[in-house]
Amino acid sequence: MDQTIPEVIRTIPLQYYVFFATALFAIGVLGVLTRRNAIIIFMCVELMLNAVNILLAAFSAYRADPNGQVFVFFIMAVAAAEVAVGLGIIVMIYRNVQNTDVNLLDRLKW
Amino acid sequence: MLSIILLSVSGLANLFLGFNRSNRLILPFVLLVLAAVLGVTVSGIDTHGALAVWNQSPYFTGMLTFDRYAQVFTGVMVLTTLLLLPFSQKYVRDGNANLAEYYSILLFSLVGGIMMVSYNNLLIFFLGVETLSIAMYVLAGSDKSNLRSNEAALKYFLMGSFTTGILLFGIALLYGATGTFDLAQMGNAVRAIPAADAGLRPMMHIGLLLMLIGVGFKISAAPFHFWTPDVYEGTPTLFTGYMSTVVKTAGVAGFFKLLFVAFGGETIEFWLPTLTAMLVLTLFIGNVGAVAQTNAKRMLAYSSISHAGYLLLALVALQSGRLSVNAIFFYSLAYSVATVAAFAVLKLVHDQRERDDYDGLNGLARTNPLLAFVMTVAMLSLAGIPLTGGFFGKFYLFSAAAQEGHIGLVIFAVVMSAVGIFYYLRPIMAMYMKPAAEGSDAPVFVGGFQSAVLVLLVALTVLLGVWPGVVEGMF
Repeated sequence: MDQTIPEVIRTIPLQYYVFFATALFAIGVLGVLTRRNAIIIFMCVELMLNAVNILLAAFSAYRADPNGQVFVFFIMAVAAAEVAVGLGIIVMIYRNVQNTDVNLLDRLKW
Repeated sequence: MLSIILLSVSGLANLFLGFNRSNRLILPFVLLVLAAVLGVTVSGIDTHGALAVWNQSPYFTGMLTFDRYAQVFTGVMVLTTLLLLPFSQKYVRDGNANLAEYYSILLFSLVGGIMMVSYNNLLIFFLGVETLSIAMYVLAGSDKSNLRSNEAALKYFLMGSFTTGILLFGIALLYGATGTFDLAQMGNAVRAIPAADAGLRPMMHIGLLLMLIGVGFKISAAPFHFWTPDVYEGTPTLFTGYMSTVVKTAGVAGFFKLLFVAFGGETIEFWLPTLTAMLVLTLFIGNVGAVAQTNAKRMLAYSSISHAGYLLLALVALQSGRLSVNAIFFYSLAYSVATVAAFAVLKLVHDQRERDDYDGLNGLARTNPLLAFVMTVAMLSLAGIPLTGGFFGKFYLFSAAAQEGHIGLVIFAVVMSAVGIFYYLRPIMAMYMKPAAEGSDAPVFVGGFQSAVLVLLVALTVLLGVWPGVVEGMF
């Protein structure tokens, strides 16, 4: 049990990580395109970002290069900033229309 | 680097000015800071040496470089902001409670823009894109009680964060294929991957394609443009002006650097067809879409889509090196000045008449000859009529593309800019040919300082049009 974390990560072949991250990313994209509730769309975006994090961490462990893991920290920090702003916007809209359904927002035509 | 430090520190200091409840101090302070940053940037431009020096004066172990490319585009963005902000005086007069915050967010977003043109590592590029975008989400929704502004903010936010995910997935795949985030090292690694490699090459191609989609969203290139008209219409006019100038300049200049440094050479054959298709579609949708509009802000939104298309010409002609860098620089400068002038007039008219469709401009030539004249010059420059900056901007872009043998694309772009003349003339006709509606024919209030800035904008546009050599030495 005295393996380092990159060694543990390397016990699973790299392509499994790529497939898993791609699947997670695809689920996120599908969710953004099909769901109509702003908060759920937002959760799907977070899913996409986490797929990226997994992919970066796996590549980083396989290449024995710490840059990828540092990038993951930055993505987490930025995602937190985005959550703060995004929920602020959604609360602002909820105060005005008492709903978070994106279909209600049709004052501007697409 | 000094520009980033100055802007960040004074953004924080500006927040403290907000405690003071004296809104009158804030605007002069911000303008002073921007003027200082512009001075520092322009005086720091080193016009000697070849463009090929991409990593002069590196910071953060070479993740950020302030070479001539970065300095020049920083200068364009800071100048644009400096010229735009005097038209926010109505917020000052109305005693807007959150004024200090809005200005600070604007300064911070400018830092993001500077990072996007001075990065040398994809991490900094990503941070720059996000610093710029998150600030813009807030500013798009800054008119909190207005449902249109709310809707614009939500759409911009959802589209923007979705795009961020796509952009990041692209970066992750590129990292997987090349093992580095550093631009120059990535370029070497890309060239080292054999053309027949079945594992890394597809990964790199998909990564680059996803990044192309991500950046395409940010600079509103078709087919990823559909959010643009809605967001531009709903966002408060001042910030729309900022969005269509600074964000676009940063996006195009940053993406050019990525393609030029890391994906030049033979890799070009992979992304060139995709980019060309995007260019043709963008020019077509932007120009044809603008014809159908009745709202001046929506028209400018479509026009900004079409200008993204013209700027993509420089990316297509990337192999010409100095020529296409010069074209991006000159075009974004001329386009920014003209767009700021157009949005400034729209903002002043909107402040008083509360509308931004073409009919809102009726009779402006009689009530406010200066505003009508400024708008006319701005429209002519955007349309690319000779004697205005926009003409030489298009000229440089087209000649760079023609040099690289994209004659068909240039002909298409010329035809599209002929379509552009039609819709740019409509506001001019409204101002000069139609009388103002009953009751709204009072002159629009324009402050003395604002008039001076408007005259400066016209002077800059005409100067760039009659003497383009004035900024020739940059590249």
